Amino acid sequence: MDIAAIFRAESGRSVATLVRLFGDIDIAEEAVQDAFAVAVERWPAAGLPPNPGAWITTTARNRAIDRLRRESSRHDRHAQAALVRADREPVEPVGPVSDDRLRLIFTCCHPALAPTVQIALTLRLLGGLQTPEIARAFLVPEATMAARITRAKKKIAAAKIPYRVPGDAELPDRLRPVLAVVYLIFNEGYSTTSGDGLVRADLCAEAVRLARLLAELMPDEPEVLGLLALLLLSESRRAARTAPDGSLVLLPDQDRTRWDGDLIAEGQALVRACLRRNRPGPYQIQAAVNAVHSDAPTAADTDWGQILALYDQLLVLAPTPVVALNRAVALAEVKGPAAALAEIEGLDLDGYHLFHSTRADLLARLGRHAEAAAAYHRARSLAANAAERSFLDERAAAARARTG
Amino acid sequence: MTQYLMSVWMVEGTEPYASPEEMEQAFKDVEVFNDELKAAGKWVFAGGLHPASTATVVKVADGGDVITTDGPFAETKEQLGGFWVIQAADLDEALALAARATVACKAPVEVRPFQDEPAA
Repeated sequence: MDIAAIFRAESGRSVATLVRLFGDIDIAEEAVQDAFAVAVERWPAAGLPPNPGAWITTTARNRAIDRLRRESSRHDRHAQAALVRADREPVEPVGPVSDDRLRLIFTCCHPALAPTVQIALTLRLLGGLQTPEIARAFLVPEATMAARITRAKKKIAAAKIPYRVPGDAELPDRLRPVLAVVYLIFNEGYSTTSGDGLVRADLCAEAVRLARLLAELMPDEPEVLGLLALLLLSESRRAARTAPDGSLVLLPDQDRTRWDGDLIAEGQALVRACLRRNRPGPYQIQAAVNAVHSDAPTAADTDWGQILALYDQLLVLAPTPVVALNRAVALAEVKGPAAALAEIEGLDLDGYHLFHSTRADLLARLGRHAEAAAAYHRARSLAANAAERSFLDERAAAARARTG
Repeated sequence: MTQYLMSVWMVEGTEPYASPEEMEQAFKDVEVFNDELKAAGKWVFAGGLHPASTATVVKVADGGDVITTDGPFAETKEQLGGFWVIQAADLDEALALAARATVACKAPVEVRPFQDEPAA
């Protein structure tokens, strides 16, 4: 019996319900921890209850009420208020939003909280990750992460950050940080190979799980579906991105038989559903770019014209230097490296290692190997993780070997 | 209902308004906003302050004596220029009011909750 897996899968829902019942995140977290402690004692002998999640929620609620009654005096207004509230609130949520997790994710990703804090709270409260795991995943000392989470919970309580799904008028503004948090969690697991490899893979899985949850709860938001599609299509290639020795394998060099066909099929179906709705947004377009890659049996079969057209569209919606850089990669395939190099020369991305490695790649293709070596070197000095650095070292050495 | 401090921040040495007309407009807009706060039952108290150069600090020194010094306490360029105390149901409502406040007074507004009133 894998109670840890059940905790990971179910604790978010239970914590979310308990936050609504008691109006307090600490009470909710403590009660759910208590309930799982009871489960660890009981389940191995008694067997799993028919609905473990519901059992945890009910047990947690009862434990919290007992604890509050025991510990609260008549003068403890906070505990009294929590008890009165739990007495009044039905265990099953009612109203237009029937899932407490959606309320909770909007609280965790409230714009009054810093993005790093939004991520940590989301992972802890909805993902069931413990503070040490989150600290390890983000390469932050445990005490720092614990202090960050404690401060955030205090702010939520003191400033009264509400526990509700925003209305239609605010939803677009409020959905943006929610999607960004899920995307950042995924990227943290996907694009870096430093730190604890296992925890990193877990971050990708957790982000996909959160994106699935959002898509299930907000099926009419095309960007939510776009984000899920983007994550699924990226995740489909994760195994192929790493060579047996741990080094990075770029898209053109990946063994495409190692791509996950089920994830690709699911992601592509979502992209097609988004196209039919015709309400494009940045996540949907990035998902579509990934869908085009997924369609190509070999790198040479890639429909770069289609990808360039998608980046043209993305650049209109999100005119950022990073999008312009990605567009230039597609442009190099359609119109050649000289055209692409001309496009990126003016971009304000000097501190971004992928700018320098892209530039280096274009220079190498134009036979300007000395400049390419220098640019790879610059990229290497900015890259954050070991796998990328050794990859760039190799490229720089190869370019240097071809000079003179 | 929670009470929130909406403090208005000025940067010493910079003029918040581009022209006398703009200042005039800001005063008018703040007045309209204040009337709406009162009508909606959100108003507790508000006021604008003279520049930080008019401030005096009184504090207990190491020896236990109370001493008086010229100037503001915080040694920064950012100084309090005025404030509202409002009451709102939650932070979202307070932030929505702060959004209107900053547009009216044309300066950054910081929102901070008051501690609960002690039990009677």
